[in-house]
Amino acid sequence: MGKYIVRRLLGAIPVLIGLSIILFAFVHLLPGDPATAILGQHATPERVAAMRAYLGLDLPLWQQYLGYVGGLLRGDFGSSVINNQPLLRELLTRFPATLELTVAAMIYAVGVGIPLGRFASRHAQGWSDGAVTVVSLLGISIPVFVLGLTLQYIFAVELGVLPAGGRIDPRANLHIQSNFVLIDSLLMGRPDLFIDGIRHLILPAIALGSIPLAIITRITRASVLDVSNEDHVRTARAKGLKEKRVNSRHIMRNAWLPVVTVIGIQVGGLLGGAVITETVFAWNGVGRFVVEAINNRDYLVVQNTILIFALVFLAVNLIVDILYAFINPRIRYA
Amino acid sequence: MAAPAIRVGRPVEARASRGLWSDAFRRLLRNRPALVGVLFIALFVVTALIAPLIAPYAPLAGTLADRLQPPNTAHLMGTDLQGRDELSRVMYGARVSLVAGVASVVMGVFIGGLIGALAGGLGGKVDSVLMRVVDVMLAIPGILLAIGIVAWLDRGLPQIMFAVAMVNVPIFARILRGSLLSLRESDYVIASRSLGASGFRVLVRHMLPNSLTPLIVAATLALATAIIDVAGLGFLGLGPPDPRTPEWGTMLTDSTKFLRQAPWLIIFPGLAIVVSAVGFNLLGDGLRESLDPRLKQ
Repeated sequence: MGKYIVRRLLGAIPVLIGLSIILFAFVHLLPGDPATAILGQHATPERVAAMRAYLGLDLPLWQQYLGYVGGLLRGDFGSSVINNQPLLRELLTRFPATLELTVAAMIYAVGVGIPLGRFASRHAQGWSDGAVTVVSLLGISIPVFVLGLTLQYIFAVELGVLPAGGRIDPRANLHIQSNFVLIDSLLMGRPDLFIDGIRHLILPAIALGSIPLAIITRITRASVLDVSNEDHVRTARAKGLKEKRVNSRHIMRNAWLPVVTVIGIQVGGLLGGAVITETVFAWNGVGRFVVEAINNRDYLVVQNTILIFALVFLAVNLIVDILYAFINPRIRYA
Repeated sequence: MAAPAIRVGRPVEARASRGLWSDAFRRLLRNRPALVGVLFIALFVVTALIAPLIAPYAPLAGTLADRLQPPNTAHLMGTDLQGRDELSRVMYGARVSLVAGVASVVMGVFIGGLIGALAGGLGGKVDSVLMRVVDVMLAIPGILLAIGIVAWLDRGLPQIMFAVAMVNVPIFARILRGSLLSLRESDYVIASRSLGASGFRVLVRHMLPNSLTPLIVAATLALATAIIDVAGLGFLGLGPPDPRTPEWGTMLTDSTKFLRQAPWLIIFPGLAIVVSAVGFNLLGDGLRESLDPRLKQ
């Protein structure tokens, strides 16, 4: 197992190098003069000169690249063009919001998707299976922003039962420590703020989680059906095992494998979807930050957000792969 | 009393197979969800094609006096903030989505297919280098990759198409490579190689035609996500440079501030996106099932 983990870690190195080259090109090879492109047409010559020096634009490309990677390794992500604040600090402040949202969406997608998929597989070809199929078809066909706006309209505007946006009631005096609303409210000993945080999370999490929910439901249904038709399951039933035990020990144990893989893949989609969901629900995370940055042509923000999302995605996939090898020993020796 | 006729199998099985695609087509015609999909796609494509003929108003014409009218007999889908007819704009919006969606998928199939064919066909170092490139592209969440590309290349419809194409490139490359790899050791490939056919000939004449099926299914399903991605970019303000362009995603951005007063501005463009995406998803699933009947359970 240790060998497998080392092999997977080493395998991530070329991807990281490739990623750094693409992100380097994103800023350093901007069409025209990168410094002017980053600062805008109206920047003073002094600021342009300072940006040129910061990016090292007078140096050969390979030296610029080494400078960029060196900066990343030192934790120097540059500064926002708009407010000159160090980007790393800004990103770290906003990232918990994005993480809170994606984790909530994933809990919703997995928590509803797997039982729904198992339910559909038990009633395969029946009307309830058909209903689940239709729901999952809609799930992958409704864009996050359309679902988000619809939910906002129904539950916030018409029914007025849930907040339309934001992470917490703006009047709440939340003492920020971890930047996770749910954790900070508990640290303050304020269950009312915790519940308010949950209420703010519900709509965005449902909007963001709908596509993974649909895909997890489909995969679970197909995987359970697949395994249910196998000989070892028939044997288990034939020798008189209780249905509950057949389900848990013989079907689900094998049906998990494709489901786990798909859950890992969905994390990428969730991070991407977060960019749009945060815009719909005025959620102050990294996704909304990047959209504002694009409108301000703040290329360094875009560059570093892509980097952070890609790193999180790679890390999650690594964990999923290791988990996968843990539950499926055949992988380790492949 | 006449002896009962003895039936030997069903007549369908007695007929000789007409080839993969014609068999698949027959199965597709019997697949009801897929036909519903075709119907939705037809609605979308025909609307896009004849929008100028059937749209009741010009998509850019409107007077402020008519603004934010709820659906009524003169404006079946109401009017927007500038008093423009929403129905006409939704109809014209189909054109942008159709062109951008199809063009980006075709571009993606071409680039991704080329990478996949080179990787799967040549193998060795070419394969490992190309697959690492694909891994890097896959590491960036799709819509964020598209956002980055549009930010880099600046706004515009061709840029949007290219950006959405690049989201699909790594997926298509992996699919084609995978199916080529599975064919490499098949008997007919080994046979043609041992007869002295060049690597290029084996790849183009024997392997590629037999490995396109999964790519075609993936491309059909990708049309749904491409339409959603194009609208997503529009929604984020990265749509066509002229903000008046009737594009479904851009139309939604303008309406978010009027959720309370004018929900119809969300409902109709949203519905248009969902109907076209459902259409391509149904057709894609149907195509997959009819090309590989074992999948249908």
